Amino acid sequence: MSAGTYTPKPGAAPLGRMIAAQTAFETRMLLRNGEQLLLTVVIPSLILVLFSTVDIIDTGAGEPVDFLAPGVLALAVMSTAFTGQAIATGFERRYGVLKRLGASPLPRWALMSAKTLSVLVTELIQIALLTAIALSLGWSPKGDPFSVLLLLALGTAAFSGLGLLMAGTLRAEATLAAANLVFLLLLVGGGVMVPLEKFPDGVESALALLPISALSEGLREVLSEGAALPWRELGILAVWAVLGLGAAGRFFRWE
Amino acid sequence: MRSEPVVRIRGLVKRYGSKTAVDGLDLDIAQGEVTAVLGPNGAGKTTTVEICEGYRRADAGTVRVLGLDPVADAPRLRSRVGVMLQSGGVYSGARAEEMLRHMAKLHAHPLDVDELIERLGLESCGRTAYRRLSGGQQQRLALAMAVVGRPELVFLDEPTAGLDPQARRATWELVRELRADGVSTILTTHFMDEAEQLADDVAILDAGKVIARGTPEELCRGGAENTLRFTGRPGLDVNSLLKALPDGTEAAEPTPGTYRIAGRVDPLLLATVTSWCAQHGVMPEGISVERHTLEDVFLELTGKELRR
Repeated sequence: MSAGTYTPKPGAAPLGRMIAAQTAFETRMLLRNGEQLLLTVVIPSLILVLFSTVDIIDTGAGEPVDFLAPGVLALAVMSTAFTGQAIATGFERRYGVLKRLGASPLPRWALMSAKTLSVLVTELIQIALLTAIALSLGWSPKGDPFSVLLLLALGTAAFSGLGLLMAGTLRAEATLAAANLVFLLLLVGGGVMVPLEKFPDGVESALALLPISALSEGLREVLSEGAALPWRELGILAVWAVLGLGAAGRFFRWE
Repeated sequence: MRSEPVVRIRGLVKRYGSKTAVDGLDLDIAQGEVTAVLGPNGAGKTTTVEICEGYRRADAGTVRVLGLDPVADAPRLRSRVGVMLQSGGVYSGARAEEMLRHMAKLHAHPLDVDELIERLGLESCGRTAYRRLSGGQQQRLALAMAVVGRPELVFLDEPTAGLDPQARRATWELVRELRADGVSTILTTHFMDEAEQLADDVAILDAGKVIARGTPEELCRGGAENTLRFTGRPGLDVNSLLKALPDGTEAAEPTPGTYRIAGRVDPLLLATVTSWCAQHGVMPEGISVERHTLEDVFLELTGKELRR
């Protein structure tokens, strides 16, 4: 390199460009990760195809796909916003990525915005794919798209808060184990593929308060029954979002 | 005219619980120079550097980096300062080239990424995921990430730990080029030869304070004792030689026929030794005066016992 190559000429890139670059980078990292894809794409697709076509679980009256599709959309949101984000961020913290980026021109709030955008981009891909599969299996969604978007947005906020809380407070290995365990438990007990009515009454009302249940039941009310805004479920998700994001903001440790 | 120091530290104190890591440290670092911060493990080097980088808050004292407060003014400082962490800092699934390109995108006037990759010999790692790079390749990538934004000041935390001699030289060369182009560099290192080779200025830290300061030459000259060696007939009367020498000088025959005289070795002492040899009919062969290295000075100042 010639003389003067390193002559200082510092400066941050424009904020919009930094956030766009960080979003693209985070999304690429996420889509490259095989284990993440298993959780975010493969498992939801398999559940949708398998249980819609093979009569293994009793999804109640009506077409199985009409019951399963909203649940699997909720699962997709949880897998990306919660499980995937918690694991990825936990390891970024462990490997000093968050620390190093903290010394870059990218402000912390912009990093968190980029993470959220990256989650949304991934969800968009998941939802497009799962919707296509569900439609090909004969799904006939009803309802108001605005209610669906609102549910997805609040669900994403709730799961992101919980995922970041876990990533920012636990060791990376503990986050990995816990995030996967929670994914499995909520997959079974969160109204994704097993209707909540199948559980005993007391258990059912407790499970209904979980964010995954609120999201899957809320989506089901809108998409399968054509209900208007499901206030109860939106309320539950909003409470989780406030608690999760608030606690993450308070307790998140960058190193 | 000397310009404002790029780093100005006064009375810095940092405690972790009951342990005081930095204990009233004062340090000015000159603009455009390479400054090496040396010290045994636990001397407070990394803590001091991390406070300058804005990662930690001081418990007492003031720190100014480029005239700004590293914590309160962090948003304004971050684009002007390049940071190389001791380890990590890269997404484990990211490829070397892609990570560097990404860092470049966060800056307004970055270096040419291709040239930088070639400069540091990272061409072969471009497509390799970070976690599969060798330790030396990871170090060089971290260095590239620290300079890609064309900063005014770079902090390098043990930049050549684990590098092979070729990579080490490439890193040194880059640091020299940074200096030639007016970038100020602060590096911590355990390699005394690295400090001797690169640094305009050395600060030796121990127990959270600066215990010695100066150019490598000044530090090697000041205080440290030198050694005179020669070989001759085995079994010379060392005590008789010692009587001819000034007080405080040591003389010994570590192995038969080799003689070692330690003390303030000046022309007079050299003349005394050779005339004593002449009187005793000894031809002092292979006579040599060893200048003390920075490592000798370092060990003299910080002690030879192991630190925990």
